[in-house]
Amino acid sequence: MRPQSLESQKVYLKRKAECLSWVIEVKDVVKKYPGVVANNNVNLQVEKGKIHAIIGENGAGKSTLMKILYGMVKPDSGEISVDGAPVVMKTPNDAIERGIGMVHQHFMLADNASVLENVILGSEPTKYGALIEYGQARQKLTEIAQHYGLELDPDQQVSELGVGGRQRVEIAKVLFRGAKVLILDEPTAVLVPQEVDELFTNLKDLTRNGLTIIFISHKLDEVLEIADNITVMRQGTSVANLKPAQTDKKNLAELMVGRALPKPRHAGTPPQEKFVLNVKDASYARRDGRELLHEINLSIHAGEIVGLAGVEGNGQEELIEMIMGLIKPASGKVEIVDLDTATSQTRAIRDAGVGYIPQDRQRDGLLMGAPLWENRILGHQATPPMINGIWINKTAAITDSERVVREFDVRTPSINVMASALSGGNQQKFIVGREMSSNPKLIIAAQPTRGVDVGAQAIIWDKLMEARTSGAGVLLVSADLDELFALSDRIAVIFSGRIVAVLDPNATSPEELGLAMTGANK
Amino acid sequence: MKNHKLFWAVIAPVAAIFSSLLFVSFILLLKGVNPLSTFQILVSYGFEPRNIISELNQTVAYYLAGVAAAIGFKMMLFNIGIDGQYRLAVFMAAVVGGSVKLTPILHIGLIMITAIVVGALWSAISGYLKVRRGVSEVISNIMLNAIAGGLISYLLSPQRWGSQAAGSQNLNTPNIAASGQLPVLHIFSNTLYSFGIVAVIVGIGYWILLNKSVFGFNLRATGMSFRAARASGVNAPKMIFVTTVLSGAVAGLTGLGTLFCDTHNYSLAFPSGYALTGLALALLGRNHPVGIAFAAFFWSFLERSAGILDLNGVPNEIIMMMQGTIVICTVVAYEIVKMINKRQQQEQVGRAEVVEAGERK
Repeated sequence: MRPQSLESQKVYLKRKAECLSWVIEVKDVVKKYPGVVANNNVNLQVEKGKIHAIIGENGAGKSTLMKILYGMVKPDSGEISVDGAPVVMKTPNDAIERGIGMVHQHFMLADNASVLENVILGSEPTKYGALIEYGQARQKLTEIAQHYGLELDPDQQVSELGVGGRQRVEIAKVLFRGAKVLILDEPTAVLVPQEVDELFTNLKDLTRNGLTIIFISHKLDEVLEIADNITVMRQGTSVANLKPAQTDKKNLAELMVGRALPKPRHAGTPPQEKFVLNVKDASYARRDGRELLHEINLSIHAGEIVGLAGVEGNGQEELIEMIMGLIKPASGKVEIVDLDTATSQTRAIRDAGVGYIPQDRQRDGLLMGAPLWENRILGHQATPPMINGIWINKTAAITDSERVVREFDVRTPSINVMASALSGGNQQKFIVGREMSSNPKLIIAAQPTRGVDVGAQAIIWDKLMEARTSGAGVLLVSADLDELFALSDRIAVIFSGRIVAVLDPNATSPEELGLAMTGANK
Repeated sequence: MKNHKLFWAVIAPVAAIFSSLLFVSFILLLKGVNPLSTFQILVSYGFEPRNIISELNQTVAYYLAGVAAAIGFKMMLFNIGIDGQYRLAVFMAAVVGGSVKLTPILHIGLIMITAIVVGALWSAISGYLKVRRGVSEVISNIMLNAIAGGLISYLLSPQRWGSQAAGSQNLNTPNIAASGQLPVLHIFSNTLYSFGIVAVIVGIGYWILLNKSVFGFNLRATGMSFRAARASGVNAPKMIFVTTVLSGAVAGLTGLGTLFCDTHNYSLAFPSGYALTGLALALLGRNHPVGIAFAAFFWSFLERSAGILDLNGVPNEIIMMMQGTIVICTVVAYEIVKMINKRQQQEQVGRAEVVEAGERK
């Protein structure tokens, strides 16, 4: 093709240069599962040395696209080019050979082995065909760590590492195998804010050294902060390609859901006089003597949402466990609507009308290996309608599971699938639906919208607010300040096991709350 | 959907048995023996009517051990103490039964209750140690098996509760009177124990308790996730203890078929090793009462048929090899089936998510 004018030649050259800088190009990729199109004409151009974010709701086709890029799924049609050359990848090995590596959301590390051993596991450099070349491996890992600014000690046991450290090991693992493009699947879902900052510094160092990063997320703040380019996916298609400067959070979210964004909104009705929860001077110390809760006083009225703000690990977990009767206060007491938890068990607390949405939903909230209808019974296996005398009432469980699935928009083919098969957001919607089904008087909601997409978030907010309007008291433990401000009638701040402030969300700025969370105004 | 489920439940053990047959055939070929004719001998001997009766009697004992193991498995407990529980239970039952004279119903009831209570109490020791002291039930049960063996040897000596028939090396407890015996069915020049009915009742009870009752739900919930069960209001440590006791109680019944319908006393001839067999059968039968029944019969069938092999110049150890490879292959096959099922479900869920996202537009 011969460009006709100088102007169009310039455009042509510019485009050609752009093409070359695309380390990955996806053109019109289609992937159909029987009866369903999971990816439909997806287009994606990833620039070399940049951080490219892919955002979208659960089920928007992000995972399918990533599986295609990582060689786990073969597209039905369309083209994938790596460094300008079309490729066909049949297995993850093909992908890693072309320099594409995946860092999974759930770490796959051997706890009782060292960092070095974990990194080389599966691609050990050997001598004489059998012995592992530890020296060479160590040198290579040290070089990688230095080059990309990853803080890693090759000899440390993985079991001693925190979540952030483990993630660095996973990243090093992929780099060790020669990846030039890193796909990170929701890397921040498991991290606390400080670790997120650390990760972002690491990611920027990686791109500065020529690596490319594909960053899958649905946390819009983070995407806007870290990404150079953003691709929005909806219903299996890429609907927009943007630069962070061209857009904002609201705009992105609306592109994701395809309609105006729901906002947490407050019902406005005043709380009632009656208390549903009274924590009085409650303290709790660990077996080794460390005091984790110190003379906590906290009360919740009927029809009131009390937010509990605080940096993670300041006693929130223990406070929740104490209210739920899972641990006993060393001194002081917890009163739940005429029930003294100093003597009563979790069973009695639940039966008194307390709904519990645990922070770790997969460990504390679900039987992952049981079908949804059995999970509907969990927590309600002492009172009708889920039971009938000494028998479980399967019919009622099935009927009500179907109601929860319908009302809370849980996306599942049936209520007979295992809880483990659902995505995190849908698991959470099911739990929220279950806990609200018995019209609880008190709801303990720990991080109720963490890791769920905006659609699910809106549903959960609405339902919490509905419960409040109908007279339930809610303890909302959250790390999401927007959520706290929008939903809470009062915000209590916990720091180092003490309630250090109780704030009025309408008369407090986020900065003031943030300051209180660090214990500064004490 | 229902048939589908059954298919996936059956495919794993069938594949495991088939792989095991292949393995054993390979070994037989190495030894220069024709595997097909060997299997043919096994089948024709094992299915002779009088042998089937012996196999059924043995099945009852294996079945009860298998159910005892399955109860533990549902709680993620490895009840390797079935051996000690069963032997001590049947020994005490024989001692108690042999020392009284009662009307038949009371006598039989007393023997059964003794066995159940002794099995449950012996198992309770490991349950207590686990819940209160954090001792692994595997360790405590292995030691309890040894202690039970020692205790029985001590008590069975002629100076104490045992006696030695003239000219015999065997020690046994006094015979139980006719009022403490259960009838047998004389058929195909063999005797079929009526005690088998108890095994059927235990199997049905196990299924109903586990799948229909709130207690069973709590048990399974605790086995699946200790933390989730606790958060849902289950007293999880208590649940573990009760499950241990229940498993021991069923284990206590294991030897009663022989005692009630055959020997009428306890002697050194009572076999040991039921713990490992029970665990293997629960695994093979997927903790399902019908599955365990098939597994138990299959095991008895193999062991009974083994007797004919030596007569045909084939070492009967191949039966043990077969049993061993079946267990290993079963574990592998179940894992594969589990993975396939999970993937299928995830695909279904993925489709549902995409479809509904499309509909919501």
